[in-house]
Amino acid sequence: MDLMVPAGAPIGKKGGLGMSEIRALIVDDSSVMRKIVERALRQAGLDALVVHEAGSGAEGLEVLKSKPVDLILSDINMPTMDGLEFLRQIRAQNLAEGVPVVMITTESSEEHVKQAIQAGAQGYIRKPFTAEQVKERVLPLVRKA
Amino acid sequence: MLNGVRAAAIAGRAGVAVQRVAKQCGADEREQTMAVSLRESVERVSDPRNLDASVEEVFRLMLGIECKREAGLVVADQESVTAVVGFGGLLSGACVFRSGAGTAMKIAAQMTGMEFDVIDDTVKDGIGEICNMLAGAWKGKVPELAANCGLSVPAVITGRDYNLHVQAPEFQLHHGYRFGEEIFEVTIVCDGLQ
Repeated sequence: MDLMVPAGAPIGKKGGLGMSEIRALIVDDSSVMRKIVERALRQAGLDALVVHEAGSGAEGLEVLKSKPVDLILSDINMPTMDGLEFLRQIRAQNLAEGVPVVMITTESSEEHVKQAIQAGAQGYIRKPFTAEQVKERVLPLVRKA
Repeated sequence: MLNGVRAAAIAGRAGVAVQRVAKQCGADEREQTMAVSLRESVERVSDPRNLDASVEEVFRLMLGIECKREAGLVVADQESVTAVVGFGGLLSGACVFRSGAGTAMKIAAQMTGMEFDVIDDTVKDGIGEICNMLAGAWKGKVPELAANCGLSVPAVITGRDYNLHVQAPEFQLHHGYRFGEEIFEVTIVCDGLQ
């Protein structure tokens, strides 16, 4: 059964996964969507979560230059610098080496998925999404990292 | 107004996407855009069931709300919120979401878990994101469209007594939906199909 992401669900529900603190960077031009992604991560069991937010790829790069992170979740369609360029810049500037990146986006074509993987993404979640999808696609990457 | 949003979609998203695909495949942009045509699949692109399925999916997954299409629903609130996401590429046009201010605040509350009594930036942001997901889900129903049609960032309009006018669209889908006492409209306007 799919878990509903927002729908008034309490933030900070414990998943009991026993993971140590995870520092996540969430990049999306929508502040509402950043909160929904954060809530989905917590619902997925990442209760010890420290979240850094960025409203564009360019802002995301600035965060990565000053703060260590364990996980990056990024939208694709954003003004100033889109998510694919953000990914390419992460690699080009040797930022966040070995940190898993998951794209969360409305773009669902095979071509977009291919471009994201070529740019260095390890996961891809299409909006709208469920917390269950976030759990399935993000947790294995975090455990591996 | 729609022309501006659409132009942004074409220049900002679809153009870049087409160039990227073209570069990766070693082909020029013209070859890429000419290889696929939606002209022969107008019926599939304009299938009204795709819009209904997209609306139901977005509201169920992102808000936990079951909404249903109803004939004859018209948003009559004096103060309303309209979000527009432009399409560019093989299809040009826009996805338009419109609701009364009260419904917009309820949707934003459901998305965020917060309470709203005015249309502030968070409500606008939430409604813009709903429209973005509706546009993405709708174009995702037709694979050629998903791959060859870009989306603009959402534009959100609030206020009283305004109208959106589109000149002679290729096709237009205009549906009303209800959840509980709340109603909203979603319109897909296509004014160009390659």
